[in-house]
Amino acid sequence: MLRFLVRRLLGVAAILLVVSLITFYLFFAASGEDSVVRLSCGKNCTPEMRETVRHNLGLTKPLLEQYWIFISGIFAGRNIGEKTCNFPCLGYSFANNQNVSHTVADRFPTTVSLAIGAVVLFMTLGIGLGILAAMRRGKKTDKVATGFALLSGSAPIYVLGPLFIYLFVQQLGWMDRPQYHQFTDDPFQWASGLLLPWICLMTIHMAMYVRLTRSTMVDVLSEDYVRTLKAKGLSGRSVYIKHAFRGALSPIVTVLGVDIGVLMSGTIITESTFSLHGIGMLAVTSVTDSDLPMMMGVVVIAASFTMLANLVVDLLYAVIDPRVRLS
Amino acid sequence: MAASTDTTADQPTGKAETAKKAGAPARSDGSDAFLSVRDLRVHFSTDDGVVKAVDGLSFDVEKGRTLGIVGESGSGKSVSSLTILGLHNREKTKIEGEIRFDGRELITMPERKLRDLRGRRISMIFQDPLTALSPFYTVGEQIAESYRRHLGANRSDAHARAIEMLDRVGIPNPKTRVNDYPHHFSGGMRQRAMIAMSLVCDPDLLIADEPTTALDVTVQAQILDLLRDLQDEFGTAILFITHDLGVIAQMAHDVLVMYAGRSVEKGTVREVLKNPRHPYTWGLLSSMPNLSGDVDVPLRPVRGTPPSLLAPPPGCPFHPRCDYADVVGGERCRTEPPLLALSEGRGTACHLSAEDKQRIFIDDVRPLLG
Amino acid sequence: MTETISETPAPAPDPAPKSPGEPLLDVRGLVKYFPVKGGGLVRRKMLNVRAVDGIDLSVAAGESVGLVGESGCGKSTTGRLISRLLEPTGGTIHYDGNDITHATRKQIAPIRSQIQMIFQDPYSSLNPRQTVGTIVSSPMEVNGIDPEGGRKKRVQELLERVGLNPEHYNRFPHEFSGGQRQRIGIARALALQPRLIVADEPVSALDVSIQAQVVNLLQGLQRDMGIAFVFIAHDLAVVRHFSQRVAVMYLGKIVEIADRTSLYANPHHPYTHTLLAAVPETDPDKSGNRTRVHAFGDMPSPINPPSGCRFRTRCPKAQDVCANEEPPLIGIDTLLAGHRVACHFPGPLEATAKAEESMPEERIEAALEAGITTDPE
Repeated sequence: MLRFLVRRLLGVAAILLVVSLITFYLFFAASGEDSVVRLSCGKNCTPEMRETVRHNLGLTKPLLEQYWIFISGIFAGRNIGEKTCNFPCLGYSFANNQNVSHTVADRFPTTVSLAIGAVVLFMTLGIGLGILAAMRRGKKTDKVATGFALLSGSAPIYVLGPLFIYLFVQQLGWMDRPQYHQFTDDPFQWASGLLLPWICLMTIHMAMYVRLTRSTMVDVLSEDYVRTLKAKGLSGRSVYIKHAFRGALSPIVTVLGVDIGVLMSGTIITESTFSLHGIGMLAVTSVTDSDLPMMMGVVVIAASFTMLANLVVDLLYAVIDPRVRLS
Repeated sequence: MAASTDTTADQPTGKAETAKKAGAPARSDGSDAFLSVRDLRVHFSTDDGVVKAVDGLSFDVEKGRTLGIVGESGSGKSVSSLTILGLHNREKTKIEGEIRFDGRELITMPERKLRDLRGRRISMIFQDPLTALSPFYTVGEQIAESYRRHLGANRSDAHARAIEMLDRVGIPNPKTRVNDYPHHFSGGMRQRAMIAMSLVCDPDLLIADEPTTALDVTVQAQILDLLRDLQDEFGTAILFITHDLGVIAQMAHDVLVMYAGRSVEKGTVREVLKNPRHPYTWGLLSSMPNLSGDVDVPLRPVRGTPPSLLAPPPGCPFHPRCDYADVVGGERCRTEPPLLALSEGRGTACHLSAEDKQRIFIDDVRPLLG
Repeated sequence: MTETISETPAPAPDPAPKSPGEPLLDVRGLVKYFPVKGGGLVRRKMLNVRAVDGIDLSVAAGESVGLVGESGCGKSTTGRLISRLLEPTGGTIHYDGNDITHATRKQIAPIRSQIQMIFQDPYSSLNPRQTVGTIVSSPMEVNGIDPEGGRKKRVQELLERVGLNPEHYNRFPHEFSGGQRQRIGIARALALQPRLIVADEPVSALDVSIQAQVVNLLQGLQRDMGIAFVFIAHDLAVVRHFSQRVAVMYLGKIVEIADRTSLYANPHHPYTHTLLAAVPETDPDKSGNRTRVHAFGDMPSPINPPSGCRFRTRCPKAQDVCANEEPPLIGIDTLLAGHRVACHFPGPLEATAKAEESMPEERIEAALEAGITTDPE
């Protein structure tokens, strides 16, 4: 177990290094120094500004050294130009005059809040409907649940988002325009402000869980041991929830791991549809602003969360299925 | 426990049947039966038509005795056992007949009431103990679950009971093993755990569906010994389903031979195996190689292949494969043979006259059996 | 394998054995280990499943040798090594005087056709998308053999020989019953006129009445065509019926080998006693009257087999020497020549049964415990 964890964490670190190296190369070297400077400097660029940009981005040094400065800066902090950037330093955005780490830390709660609520909602409803469909397979409930899942899963969020805003905010007036409030300030405002994007995310993600839960549970229900459980006289609830659902958990967790990775790296369309300033929006603005250090920071953060989510999934396998040995 | 001497004690041939397997009460022709199946028909509808998996089956299981149902694949033996507990797929199955257990009709019993019987008064063990146990819960939890469900015991009592049962079925270090998962166990140990689970509520009837088929012979012998010991101790009636006449010889007091969804012969184990009267039973016995006797006598298989249950042959389902259909006169075999008389313990569903059966068995069949 | 016999330099195989004394198949010290990953915090240990651990076996032309034992004893692996479906870890395999232990595909091509296999599962060993004709003729195609009268005629002869309707040439496997499918597998094995057939549990998946049909068919082939068999089965009665010589295997080793009459009438290894006693006989009187030697627990894991004699953990006769020294497979004065036993205390059944009576309870517990599989960690 410990061995597994150490090995996997080392693996995660190695992959992050590779990801960051590739990104770094693509951003700062592949297109040539000139284009980097031109991009970062903007339209009205004077030769002096060019020099400042070159100096600020550290382009004067060889590429590998630049990369080393970037990586060591994450752990030790560094000075960029006249700015001090403390641990964990992901760089400095000269375009916006912001410390990348601070910006990311600033935007992160929005993304996390979006993710938490969405996960809770789509897991509950998706798995619930999936179990219901599996229990009543072939019957009306099954058809309604799977049909609903198919419908909701095929609605794109840029249709759903504006539609919901139009319907619930503008027409019915049931709620305000989505807005982020800090959970610590007012939990109720936090929840009500994010309800609409949560519902949107739930609607599109849920379909997968309904279908996955249903199909794996139907598979498990045909296993020999389910017959044994029935022969023991267990009630339907015991058979379905305690045993059959347990058997269906592994694939659900796999998909959940991917989804959480995606949500934590920022839901670009959802955030922009509802004008929420999370990591996704940050990614979009940094691209449109040609803010290379910011983009670099967002990529590293997104990759880290995806990797971590996968690690957690692997650990969960062993918890769910005692036959899985972590090695 | 496992070292206990064979309970099929050294009884000389011909001694009263009841004495053979210790503790078995004498049979009393139905009155004592607490599982009685009458004219059971189980028909499945499939895309190709109706499969007559069981087609007019009757038998009794008496307290403390073992009824062995023997037949080849597709004979309907497993289907009948699942039907007793209502574990068949209800939507595509049509069931007719009676299944009476302790005075109550099971076929029409609502699922909720059946559930109270399952695992409590009638329990079941299956062929492959690896797939029949959940991989996600410990062996102890799976045993305790049954006990809690039916007897309302609390967790710690049920846990203690699980340990007690594991010990009873001969699993060493039950206090440690109770927390193991099925995949930690070998095949034989898993089947012991399965037996512990089935007996945890002290049921009246145990249905064992090919419980040793997936096991090696040495392990099979241990499991059979264990089941006999437990039957002596708890007086559980056993419905033992197998394809192996050898296992039947060791386990059963009474035997029912099934072919194509029908019962073709029944009687006590000695009657059926020492003095078989149905051509199919003869075929089964002469097909089997044995450990003694002349090795140069070729086996005499049953010719042909089992019939399709979608369109079974008319009359006696065995007649297309029967070597003695000519003795009867082929046409008569195409009519229904006499059903097994329900009131008697002994019977065959065959058109051959009693004299012919006797003569053919002595002249033709017995010399082949070592 | 597109290599044809005519293209290879090796001489065409001689239909008769080279000299009467030389066995058709001679296996010496055959070993097969399958590596598995083990635990270990720092470095991953490689463990071996010692599936076959040094066996000697010879098969004369036209002879049937039975390999019996419980699942996990290595009998199937032995069969696959002999037919060279697996690469041996150690030891030698000589076929008809040629060393084929590590022969490459090319080297083995000329004799490939002479060694054929029949498998247990007639459902999975036939390609469901091919017709029976294609299945049975494919060995001829692969080896570039064109029999007189054409392949189709030969296939139909073969189908007839194994008791199938030759007109069913164009049918697919799913249109046949289990027993018939096994006959198709046999016809395929016969297509190249083999001299040795390795039959791996050929009748275990079949119903009793069908099983006897297939045993009789194989017996007829052995007699009429002089084919030698390595017959692998867990059913001792079937092996007794089919094989002239029988080897009993336990945890990768042969523990007793003899002519069938000698082995079944006068077994001398305690494991053979256990096995024989465990076979349920159809005669309710006989099964009660037999002297019973009980088996305790299951076979231990072949990853970490017991030291010395591998059966000692379950053996009522075991003593200290059994843990320290591995008994060689040797002949015994009182037995017929060729009856060899690997036991420090060989003896008749009664002696083992007597030893069992005085077997202490702890030993039985230990035997039960030894069989519970645990992770190799």
